[in-house]
Amino acid sequence: MEKVMVKGTEAIGEAAIRAGCRHFFGYPITPQSELPEYMSKRLPEVDGVFLQTESEVATVNMLYGAACTGTRVMTSTSSPGFSLMMEGVSYMACAQLPAVFVNVVRGGPGLGDIQPAQGDYWQATKGGGHGDYKLIVLAPATVQEAVDLTVLAFDLADKYRTPTLILADGLLGQMMEPVEFPEFRDLSTLPDHSSWAMTGAKGRKPHIITSFDIDPYILEKMNLELVKKYREIEKNEVRWEEFKTEDADIVITAFGTVARIAKSVVEMARKDGLKVGLFRPITVWPFPYEPLKKLAEKVDLFFDVEMNMGQMLEDVKLAIGGEKPVAFYSRMGGVVPTPNEIYEALKKEFGRRE
Amino acid sequence: MRFIFAGFGGQGVMLMGQILAYAGMIEGKNVTWMPSYGPEMRGGTANCTVVVSDEPVASPVVDKAETVVAMNIPSMIKFQNFLVENGYFFLNKSVIDREPDKKEDIKIYKIECNEIADKLGNLKVANMVMLGAVIGATKIVSKESVFKALEKKLTGKKAELIELNKKAIEEGMKKVSEQ
Amino acid sequence: MKKLLYKMPESLSGKEFTYCPGCHHGIVHRLIAEVIDELGIREKTLVVAPIGCSVFAYQFFNMDGTIAAHGRAPAVATGMKRARPDLYVFTYQGDGDLAAIGTAEIMHAANRGEKVTTIFINNAIYGMTGGQMAPTTLLGMKTTTTPYGRDAQKDGYPMHMCEFLKEAKGVAYLARTKVTTPQDVEKTKKAIKKAFLAQVKGIGFGLVEVLSTCPTNWGMDPISAMKWLEENMIPEYPLGVFIDKVGDEK
Ligand SMILES: Cc1ncc(C[n+]2csc(CCOP(=O)(O)OP(=O)(O)O)c2C)c(N)n1
Ligand code: SF4
Ligand SMILES: [Mg+2]
Repeated sequence: MEKVMVKGTEAIGEAAIRAGCRHFFGYPITPQSELPEYMSKRLPEVDGVFLQTESEVATVNMLYGAACTGTRVMTSTSSPGFSLMMEGVSYMACAQLPAVFVNVVRGGPGLGDIQPAQGDYWQATKGGGHGDYKLIVLAPATVQEAVDLTVLAFDLADKYRTPTLILADGLLGQMMEPVEFPEFRDLSTLPDHSSWAMTGAKGRKPHIITSFDIDPYILEKMNLELVKKYREIEKNEVRWEEFKTEDADIVITAFGTVARIAKSVVEMARKDGLKVGLFRPITVWPFPYEPLKKLAEKVDLFFDVEMNMGQMLEDVKLAIGGEKPVAFYSRMGGVVPTPNEIYEALKKEFGRRE
Repeated sequence: MRFIFAGFGGQGVMLMGQILAYAGMIEGKNVTWMPSYGPEMRGGTANCTVVVSDEPVASPVVDKAETVVAMNIPSMIKFQNFLVENGYFFLNKSVIDREPDKKEDIKIYKIECNEIADKLGNLKVANMVMLGAVIGATKIVSKESVFKALEKKLTGKKAELIELNKKAIEEGMKKVSEQ
Repeated sequence: MKKLLYKMPESLSGKEFTYCPGCHHGIVHRLIAEVIDELGIREKTLVVAPIGCSVFAYQFFNMDGTIAAHGRAPAVATGMKRARPDLYVFTYQGDGDLAAIGTAEIMHAANRGEKVTTIFINNAIYGMTGGQMAPTTLLGMKTTTTPYGRDAQKDGYPMHMCEFLKEAKGVAYLARTKVTTPQDVEKTKKAIKKAFLAQVKGIGFGLVEVLSTCPTNWGMDPISAMKWLEENMIPEYPLGVFIDKVGDEK
């Protein structure tokens, strides 16, 4: 396929269509409105359905409904909108409904602003809604990766019957990069959900989909089934990237676009003879605890960089287990740290410890 | 190589950056284009950054640049200190009637983009005059690639403007070869 | 009269409006301020700004103010009023805010006869987020999420909030106006005053829907936008007073 230059938001939309998604429900919110706008134009061309909803509360429940019928479905939103969806996401997780969500994170909390941020990491990885559940959370760093992970998100959602989230930020959403799109998925080859989906009880027992049981023993069983699934996902789906970690004394940990800024920092440091590397979780849930723990055996210092008050930092510390020091640098409110700024902070930290 | 394109909203700085990025892609290079958006844009100045590189692009966010293109005075003031040693500083002389503070160890090109565009018959292509100057001086991509990028980018009704844009690019290139 | 128009109402902060040229948000802000001045209640009035282009309303009014979550202004206003019945509370909301995400809140506030006032700016579009379809977008109208024009089969019909709300027993004043001519401006101001009096007199809920322009997202200059409003919005959204339990001003 020929490469084309596309914006991150539009790349995700096109990738979804190629992955066989023909249903999009969404409510406008900056900085991701280009995605629903793209879908409003593009979906009718492939006989798909685009519906602008009256709210994110309605959106998530429309996803619930479409997913009940075993149909690939997606929405995208930004932080305040994702907060509104939390109740429905919890329902979908419990009802084991596959769907893909995109959260193009902006500055928060509250109304915040419309600049890139990473303050929704906890919401994405630790629950967000009520009850015991997890989402598979994929954090792309390039536009190409956003395409690849969108396709993967649909496949994982179907495979594990679980809502899956693309955790992006405004930078990735607005950025244009060359991408190669995958071929269009033949819709007849999409996973078969006829064993559970609501398609009309013709000649079979009714399929009932709920996130509910009044009997605690039965509900506990449902919980245990979810736990089993999550353990399975933790075993199979951990993804991460390492960059120049083989000989690194210092390893920067970062996710999403911040990891790319950090990559430039690694290059700057290497030029100055400092052995710095980068560890980037691609799945922020399941988090790559084991590989990070292994790195801790040979690394002297970890340097976590995020656009929040230190959310992934907790997972990094959990992985490293107090064996090695973890320093932290952050910007918040939609301020994006620059390579030089991070590098200066890193040098200071390094100097302080020597 | 890192580029910053900055000017008033409406001066076509976003397109300048996109065409350059596209041309880089056509040449098989790694590229990223990133716009400023939000309140900053409302304040009147718009800017975008482009990275063109043989390696995969790491940071799309730049705080240093080999090339800064300023289409107006606020942009010149805001971005002059982003320039690295031996960097290229392109100034739209038609709008910028004063000297930048930063002058040492950099190459300055002053181009009368608006006058040249006006002579070509459309003030709107002032941005392409400047882009011509940029590729002429930095040699980051070939003229042919930029032309191809224009053909990709300007489709539908805008396709009529391709020839004019090409001329503007050539005029810009000519201008720097004279300097 | 003329002179009065050019005096800065005390209820405005004096901060320059940041709305686009030809946008009606500014005109309506001014009318609200004049009404609050005339009623002499500025120091007892709370403003609840929405999320939309008028998210900055709290900066423009010279009174205590907040921003409600998108669509929730009537609930926030209810909380304020129930906590401090001695104060006056008004919400200022766009059509996305009030007629899409906030439909439940406005219906229930109205139906409860909540003693608050709502000024509703219907510009048939989502201004702040860049021109997406609003519930009030006209059929056939192109927006960034109806690139082929609004289609009733797919996108539903334009939403008539006044016509829905007029069934709510708690409503004390309800009107739809416009501000395209000086006479209309005068009428709108009267309507706003009544909607406030409904609360001041403790009768019930008051709402004024003002048909407004958004030249920027309609892709028009201010003059064409006014003309477009007259020719297209008025037939769809007839002006008028739907409910008036306030009676003549005294
Ligand atoms: C929960 C949530 N969803 C979406 C948004 C994004 N958003 C901000 S304003 C707005 C709509 C604005 O339109 P309208 O209410 O008609 O006001 P206008 O700008 O036209 O005056 C939307 C969807 C948000 N801030 N919060
Ligand atoms: S975008 Fe529209 S509603 Fe918003 S300020 Fe401009 S004209 Fe007014
Ligand atoms: Mg509106």
